[in-house]
Amino acid sequence: MLIPLDWLAEYTEVAGNTATDEVAHRVMTDLTRVGLEEEDLHRRDLTGPVVVGVVKSFTTHKFGNGKVINWCQVDVGPYNPGGARNPDPAPGTVTESGYRGIICGAHNFAAGDTVVVSLPGAVLPGGFAIAARETYDHVSDGMICSARELGVGTDHAGIIVLDELGYAGLTPGQDALALLGLDQRTVELNVTPDRGYCFSMRGVAREYALAARVPFHDPVALTDLEPGDGHPVGFRDEAPIHGVPGVDRFVALEVRGIDPAAVSPLWLQRRLLDAGMRPVSLAVDVTNYTMLATGQPLHAYDRDRLAGRIEVRRARAGEKLTTLDDVVRDLDPEDLLITDVDEAGHSRVLGLAGVMGGADTEVTTTTRNVLLEAAHFDAVSVARTARRHKIPSEAARRFERGTDPAICNAAAQFAAALLVEFGGGTIVPGPTDVDRRVAPTPVELGAGTPARVVGVDYDQGDVERILTGIGAEVTRLPDGAGWSVTAPSWRPDLTHDVDLVEEIARLSGYDEIPFVVPPAQFGHGLTPAQRARRSVARALAEDGFTEVLSYPFVAADVADTLGLPADDPRRPAVRLVNPLSDEEPALRTFLLPTLLGALARNVGRGIKDLALFETGLVTVGGHRAPAPALPGGTRPADADLARLLQAVPDQPWHAAVVLAGEREPRGWWGEGRPADWTDAVEAVRRVAATTGTPVTVHAASVAPWHPGRCAEFRTGDGTVVGHAGELHPEVVARLELPARTVAGEVDLDALIARREGLVQAVPVSTFPPSWQDVALVVDEAVPAAEVESALTEGAGTLLEDIRLFDVYRSEEHLGAGKKSLAYRLTFRAPDRTLTADEASAARTAATDLAAARHGAVVRA
Amino acid sequence: MSSDTQAPGETALSPLDAEGVGAAVEAALAAIAAAGTLDALKAARLAHTGDKSPLALANRQIGRLDAAQKAAAGKLMGASRGRVKQAVAARQAELDAEALAHVLATETVDVTLPVDRRPRGARHPLEALLERIADFFVSMGWEIGEGPEVEAQWFNFDALNFGPDHPARQMQDTFYVAPEDSNLVLRTHTSPVQARSLLSRGVPLYVAVPGKVFRTDELDSTHTPVFHQIEGIAVDRGLTMAHLKGTLDRFAKAMFGESVTTRLRPAYFPFTEPSAEIDLRYTTREGENIGHNTGWIEWGGCGMVHPNVLRSAGIDPEVYQGFAFGMGVERTLLFRHGIEDMHDIVEGDVRFSQHYGMDA
Repeated sequence: MLIPLDWLAEYTEVAGNTATDEVAHRVMTDLTRVGLEEEDLHRRDLTGPVVVGVVKSFTTHKFGNGKVINWCQVDVGPYNPGGARNPDPAPGTVTESGYRGIICGAHNFAAGDTVVVSLPGAVLPGGFAIAARETYDHVSDGMICSARELGVGTDHAGIIVLDELGYAGLTPGQDALALLGLDQRTVELNVTPDRGYCFSMRGVAREYALAARVPFHDPVALTDLEPGDGHPVGFRDEAPIHGVPGVDRFVALEVRGIDPAAVSPLWLQRRLLDAGMRPVSLAVDVTNYTMLATGQPLHAYDRDRLAGRIEVRRARAGEKLTTLDDVVRDLDPEDLLITDVDEAGHSRVLGLAGVMGGADTEVTTTTRNVLLEAAHFDAVSVARTARRHKIPSEAARRFERGTDPAICNAAAQFAAALLVEFGGGTIVPGPTDVDRRVAPTPVELGAGTPARVVGVDYDQGDVERILTGIGAEVTRLPDGAGWSVTAPSWRPDLTHDVDLVEEIARLSGYDEIPFVVPPAQFGHGLTPAQRARRSVARALAEDGFTEVLSYPFVAADVADTLGLPADDPRRPAVRLVNPLSDEEPALRTFLLPTLLGALARNVGRGIKDLALFETGLVTVGGHRAPAPALPGGTRPADADLARLLQAVPDQPWHAAVVLAGEREPRGWWGEGRPADWTDAVEAVRRVAATTGTPVTVHAASVAPWHPGRCAEFRTGDGTVVGHAGELHPEVVARLELPARTVAGEVDLDALIARREGLVQAVPVSTFPPSWQDVALVVDEAVPAAEVESALTEGAGTLLEDIRLFDVYRSEEHLGAGKKSLAYRLTFRAPDRTLTADEASAARTAATDLAAARHGAVVRA
Repeated sequence: MSSDTQAPGETALSPLDAEGVGAAVEAALAAIAAAGTLDALKAARLAHTGDKSPLALANRQIGRLDAAQKAAAGKLMGASRGRVKQAVAARQAELDAEALAHVLATETVDVTLPVDRRPRGARHPLEALLERIADFFVSMGWEIGEGPEVEAQWFNFDALNFGPDHPARQMQDTFYVAPEDSNLVLRTHTSPVQARSLLSRGVPLYVAVPGKVFRTDELDSTHTPVFHQIEGIAVDRGLTMAHLKGTLDRFAKAMFGESVTTRLRPAYFPFTEPSAEIDLRYTTREGENIGHNTGWIEWGGCGMVHPNVLRSAGIDPEVYQGFAFGMGVERTLLFRHGIEDMHDIVEGDVRFSQHYGMDA
């Protein structure tokens, strides 16, 4: 909300010059303290000298190009050549007359007229710098300004003639910026949705008066005009929303005999512009000005274009309306309309109540008789209509936050008075005022409630002073129990006792509230799962992986790009109604698609050796049954709550890694080692080890991995928790990733849920170990993990450790399709030194089982 | 050296000939001192202490002397041979040290060569900061809550006192989940975890919730559609706005140092009443004043939990009340580290994370 300070100062008392930054900052600080947050400070893009001048004489010259100009001698007092403010006139600027010589192309003035002159050094809006310059055979030493050139008001024919605007007694050389208010500061405030009344000078002035403890002068403290037989108005609402009638007050006030050529005064146009609205015509400007001043949106109808009585009603199916912005709109039965009904009973739609008027009855350049509408419409009804038709109008913005139903009559008078003042005409007595307002319900505020909520023991007298100050009616309850408070008509937000507590707290000042740290609680610290996730992230980072974050949005065809089969469980994705980009309308079902995006971005930035990881939530399983729509403010029934929770898709934590380029860099020490499938597998094994969940590794063929280089990880209960390996070359090509990019992903939640419980102690043997090396020849297709598992099982409890230290292939020595796996087995007993026989017996047991299960032959 | 050795058969030195023995000792010491290598020393040692050396031969004669002479001869020979042995040992130690010094000199390497064969990883500073924030609340005995990112509208809005027609519901720039009637959104704040925690944990409740949230803002230098918040909710008997101020002031000091000043400024949120925004100003370690000249820095929103929120979770607001708050974590990170562009945080460039190392 833009607040021109001179306008604010009209309704309250702002000490100091409102054309200074100092005062503007003070006002913003005061308003911020009571909850109107400062956003910005504006001043016009205009610097002087811009002064009052009197055209002493001029001569008219016609040039060959048809241009007719006036060579004017303008008295600008001390700014005249050689004057106190111009002691050293620029070359060529001294005139015979002793005044400033200025070329002017406009003709709407006469000798003796008082005008506005921009002098060299001035900068007009748009960065237009004024300088003395030679033109049309003279040195023009300044510029006589039009309203448009000063960035104020509409451009009417020619320059500003101050005499015509009613100014008198001006002195040549006087500052015209101050005279026209063009030096005023405007402060911009952020108005929160609960304070609709602050979308007006009236509301902000009231807040300022409370904040700065200065008087407030209500611009609509007018006695309501006695209603009479004005334009007939009726309400008919068969479908109130939430039981609230769409309209409960409607004032129609007529002004007859306005001069259609009349325009808004410059100061009014200037204030509209400063407040962010464009001047249009007198009638429209006046309604806008009244709305900004009072918060009451008004609509001006051309009275002569109304066909009959006004009826406020809901739309009927199929009705249409062409709004002021020339858009034809299909109306919804929930839309509240202003209609007129002619003598034949035919109903015509005039406008969307509180949102936007229609083209049929708008005021035009020929309008003489104006009917002003000042009504109070239901906030929800207006909000829905504005949203439905996407019309965020100034009127709708105010109605949907709640306007003051008490000022409809006064606001209409306020506007009518301006119309009469600047457009002539007369106010028709006896306006229509249909008033169906319901008396407000008082709120009870317990005597101890403010202290209980805020922690400050407020003085009872201060509580009453503050609540009265905001305009509430306060009556004491018996026995000092507290107060019954009727909120002022402009504060529909004050419905609970805590709303009143906020008023007391903010107007006493939040700074008065002490700092008290609550006593320490007896918590359990992080959950085991939270600790495990931290450990995983730290383990990966310490293993050389760099953590990145990626957005969860993916393309609709991401599953195709990654080559997922039709029945892949990662295919069903949750989609958004309104994605930021239509290219990425879905949410990731696993991390790799977006993590690979981050990899590609890094590669694109010239970084070749990459090991990235991300942990985060993914959304799996796609769409479910819709969540029930339930009211707030009451605990849902257990069944409803269950449906609610059931409707939210599963979102497990995942961890993923991707690698490309060299895992170990080349350097002065020698060659590097390119990242390969082993790095991805190792990373996932490390993640599993960090969580404390044993996993087994199996060969798998799962997209988007290379079918021969994909490891699957299973927990003890057989649950598949993740995959790792080299990406499928087609996926690599489609995503334009570096060749042989490798990746792994694991469901952290599933992994952590299956971690082993509290670790139980195993005694550490101090007896010496016995090392036994075995080499086993098996078929190429036998997985090493299964051989190892057979050896481990066969070796029994004396086995302390088993490590595969060599894999050897040789057609000559082993035969085709065979491989030799060499293991070192470490045996140790807890209670004695093993004999050589014991150790070799255990080794033989191990190799026997491997032979039985996998046909492993011990190499001699 | 050979001139000092005595050939076999020559007249043996008498163990009673103090002068002769002294000369033999001197000859031995000279030869030992002159030995410049371990080999030379070995030769000298053999020549002067070996079985055939004059001193050894003289020593051997002691046995043949009469008792009266034995003592004097034994004493002379013991002392003389001891001196020679000692000299050998001392010289041996000197020559060993020289040899080792030589070996070490030849093994010298350039230890300034860059050794970084195993690439270093890094945490994302935002994640590191989230952990740090969680640690702060855990230190006060709070617990760390969690909730889903795709969330039911009831939790995101209705339970938080945003009615279906509430203007603030439209202000949130919400991502809606398809289909239109799913009644799901991407959570616009971490506040839905307020209702979830109240329902699942009950009261008294002290929970902080770090998490990802979503708004339909295009990415620019100060906005990102996906960002993080830290939510806090405390509900107990007797909690007031003073406790809110105390908690947030400590939190701010934990994040920005003891120089932080905080203030609450009246604001509006449907789910708190009274509501406030918390502003900061502080001095960085480098002495830079943040929020002093340019106005206060907005850090987040807060307030006393609205009675309707408690009612939504079946909790009696006449008995329990509490406070809640929500801060932008990106904002906190930006202020703490002087980061100027949000792009760096969200684009996944490894150089950004690596700059911060393991902690933030």
